[in-house]
Amino acid sequence: MENDSVAAGVQPVFYQTADEGPAHAGGGTLLGFWIYLMSDALIFATLFATFGVLSTSFAGGPQPRDLFDLRLVGFNTAVLLVSALTCGLAMIAMQQGRLGALRFWLIVTALLGMTFVGVELSEFAHMISEGATPQRSGYLSAFFTLVSTHGLHVTFGVIWIACMLVQLGQRGLQADNRRRLLCLSMFWHFLDVVWIGVFTFVYLLGAL
Amino acid sequence: MHQEDHVSDGLMHDDFQDQTHFTLKGYLAGFALAAVLTIIPFWLVLGHVISNAVVAASLIVAFAVAQILVHTFAFLHVNARAQHGWTLVAYVFTGVLLLITIGGSLWIMDHLNLNMMPGMSGDMSDRGM
Repeated sequence: MENDSVAAGVQPVFYQTADEGPAHAGGGTLLGFWIYLMSDALIFATLFATFGVLSTSFAGGPQPRDLFDLRLVGFNTAVLLVSALTCGLAMIAMQQGRLGALRFWLIVTALLGMTFVGVELSEFAHMISEGATPQRSGYLSAFFTLVSTHGLHVTFGVIWIACMLVQLGQRGLQADNRRRLLCLSMFWHFLDVVWIGVFTFVYLLGAL
Repeated sequence: MHQEDHVSDGLMHDDFQDQTHFTLKGYLAGFALAAVLTIIPFWLVLGHVISNAVVAASLIVAFAVAQILVHTFAFLHVNARAQHGWTLVAYVFTGVLLLITIGGSLWIMDHLNLNMMPGMSGDMSDRGM
């Protein structure tokens, strides 16, 4: 039987079951990227734990009430939340195969991300000019480590969006770019989830 | 060769459809819920609505947990079907590790503070959040 088909020059046919899906093509990448995000969540968990432990170690230095402008934090929170929506709109455009709309929403998302990082940097500059530097107290060390790690993630998200815009320009909406954009979307939404923890535990509870 | 490409494209497509079906309605609903869950805790703090700090803090944390869940389901599309359930398993497992790491650290360090610095223990609790 086997010899017959080989002799007849018939190409062997492979049947793949549904169970093989995740080990193939994009499925494995998406699950793998999700696992990476979960490990990133654990990094943030340790930073949140450190911040929690040091949250009252002011060493006679400035306290949250003296440091933060909650309206500015509220503005940044809104910027990041709207960027989550625009990222979602980009994914919908990708799903519908509308390259122009996808590019537009990616650019809007990147601009919102840059606004967020810009406001955060100006907040840091203001704090440092007032003497609230990372080395001033345990509280401020933990604050700068936690918040700037998140800000660094957003910065890399913006760089990633720029890379995707270049790749979309070169290759259009093919399978590889779709997979990359799905990972990018997960990354961006994950950062928004981390920010919920930051504005709640660092800023809001600090201002109580 | 061509056939193989075709098979892998088909799987990509199936996977894409299976695990992430984006709808405008879903995103807008998630955004509206998240916005409300953000505005309320900011209003609680900025407006000094609740004078009892413990009650206010618990409420604010409850809103944060609710918003994290909204983001998880509306934006990150975590569900029991995606990746044969492994996405959800990894998420729940990470949640458990997160609670152990943060809760455990706070619990242990609080006790260490009390035991190691008897002179400062009163001072520490006075300055608690």
